[in-house]
Amino acid sequence: MFAALIILPLIGAAVTWLIPYDRLRPKVLSLFALAHTGITIQLISFTPPASPGGWFNLDALGKIVLLSTSILFLTCAVYSVGYLFYRRERSNRVICVGLLVCLSAASLVTIAHHLGLMWVALETTTISMAPLIYFNRNARSIEATWKYLLICSVGVALALIGLYFLAYSTIVARVEPSLLLDDLIRDAGKLSSGWVHAAFVFLLVGFGTKMGLAPLHTWKPDAYGEAPGLVGALLSGGLVNLAFLALLRVYQICLATKEITFFQNALVVMGLISMIFAAVFMARQADFKRMLAYSSVEHVGIMAVALGLGGKAIFGALFHILANGLTKGVLFLSSGNIHRSYNSKNTDHVRGALRRLPWSGGLFLAGFIAITGSPPFAPFISEFTIVSSAFIQGRMLVGAIFLISLTVIFIGMALTVLPMVMGEVPPDSESTSYRDSILTVGPPLFLLLLVFLLGVWIPAPLMTLLSDASALLEVPQ
Amino acid sequence: MITLADQLLVLVLLINFILLGTSRQIFSIRAVAVQGVILGILPGLIHPFSWHLVGITIVIIAVKGFVIPQLLGRAVRSAEINREVEPFLGFVPTLLLGAIFTAISFSFAGRLPMLPEHQNYMFVPASIATLMAGFLILTTRRKAISQVIGYLVLENGIFIFGLLLAEAMPIMVEAGALLDLLVGTFVMGIVINQISREFSSLDTSLLTSLKEE
Repeated sequence: MFAALIILPLIGAAVTWLIPYDRLRPKVLSLFALAHTGITIQLISFTPPASPGGWFNLDALGKIVLLSTSILFLTCAVYSVGYLFYRRERSNRVICVGLLVCLSAASLVTIAHHLGLMWVALETTTISMAPLIYFNRNARSIEATWKYLLICSVGVALALIGLYFLAYSTIVARVEPSLLLDDLIRDAGKLSSGWVHAAFVFLLVGFGTKMGLAPLHTWKPDAYGEAPGLVGALLSGGLVNLAFLALLRVYQICLATKEITFFQNALVVMGLISMIFAAVFMARQADFKRMLAYSSVEHVGIMAVALGLGGKAIFGALFHILANGLTKGVLFLSSGNIHRSYNSKNTDHVRGALRRLPWSGGLFLAGFIAITGSPPFAPFISEFTIVSSAFIQGRMLVGAIFLISLTVIFIGMALTVLPMVMGEVPPDSESTSYRDSILTVGPPLFLLLLVFLLGVWIPAPLMTLLSDASALLEVPQ
Repeated sequence: MITLADQLLVLVLLINFILLGTSRQIFSIRAVAVQGVILGILPGLIHPFSWHLVGITIVIIAVKGFVIPQLLGRAVRSAEINREVEPFLGFVPTLLLGAIFTAISFSFAGRLPMLPEHQNYMFVPASIATLMAGFLILTTRRKAISQVIGYLVLENGIFIFGLLLAEAMPIMVEAGALLDLLVGTFVMGIVINQISREFSSLDTSLLTSLKEE
């Protein structure tokens, strides 16, 4: 079953590569995405035992990330059928193939229990997304692609040297040299602490860059701003979670070495810096896709703070993987529609979206309300859990900065979003052929319903999954 | 054999300085190719003979010494730009910084707890110094090609450290990392071609239209 999860999207990539018709490719993409979701659900309900040697194993943490990635990917694939119809002027072969290769590598990240293998898969996701950011083929998108490719590749390379240090610490400690997660956790107590510390620093910087934690986030506004909406959705809702999963693996090892405090503090500091950065740059943002990128910086910050706080906040961090991923899907897909309709992403030109596109405008507004942590949507639950956990632990300063940043971000984002969706359409606004249709509105609507549903009711199996996953990240008694 | 390995590592360090000091890009690409070939020879000097090892050596030399330089060379020729002009930081200051970083690497590596059998090797300091040199090239140069060269040097630094870990890193993972490097450089080469077509220059300091207003 593990093999099917990885190989099926690769077969899909080969098939879409061979298809000569632009209109057929997104449909085939959707079929393979559907099959992938089917396998994912099958794997989560009836999890096979770890592969011999322990290289592949789907644990609770992997399940959460795999589930959110697969759902988001399926939605984006269905959306692409409608979206790419409006982009007929250029071939969609590269985007369809790139998406499926990325899906395969993403699945591999979630099931890999060998850190080296996980690294290879993570780097593959970075590279496979680069051509997709360049979809628009203009000067701005090439700048974004270059920054993304170079900064993320260097970041992930630094994570590799971190992994090497970790491996060397096992050699120095004269335990079985290995980069298998389970071996590392078992032998963690004996590892050479100098090397382990150096490893944690490099791993945090490396995976932090890929995740877009401030001050390593500089590629993010450019890449998210220039990529097509559906690529932005997958970057901010999918790839970010994969990098977070990598950090969770490091965290698991840290826990076992009993030197977790240092790593936790670093996470809290970087998380808070990310939130403050986002709050500062969110205000008066004239480009609504760049605004969403800063929102992504904010939310990776929230997840990092939650992980650093530990305790009850861990549950919030894990739930936020789903909540943030799916809500980002709503926002990026509906913003893609608005971008198509106005042929601009500058808020000076985009006004009155609710009048012009009642569905997409409404979805964008609802997505804004959800992502800023308002009830009854899912991000409210995770953010509330994290804040209350900060105060319960007596981390008043952390809690206060967290709340102030959330408030400033809410105001800053509202100042951009409200004029966009409310008001009159400017008379000189360019008219385009884009109209809301079931294929472009249905997918974000589906995600919004999920975000709403998770906000009011967490199904029992998901609850079990979340608490199993939290147990993996708690200090063993 | 160990002394030979150490001598080759000194050569690697010298190539770092050549790269830090030169403005000619074709020359830089050749220097990185030589560095790659040296790195390909190293595993054969420190591990006992096996066919496995022969395979690895051939693949590394082919990828790092020939395929990647070929890709970059093509990008340079198609862009018809062959010099790094006016880097963000001059060549003499970067050389000096490179020397300082190399010295720091040696003193830093001396403090790390090493296995007794690795104590006298130069692997760790050479690795860190090469990593730093790569980082320096990456951050001080303007041209896209020079930045890719910096990235390759950084990867070479990581690779040197990996030589100490033969038991911990299975061949599959090493191959995967190498493949990622190859594909990554290939994609970077394509992007470089697009940059030169779009801007008629490879100067990444022209890439400034995306910023906060």
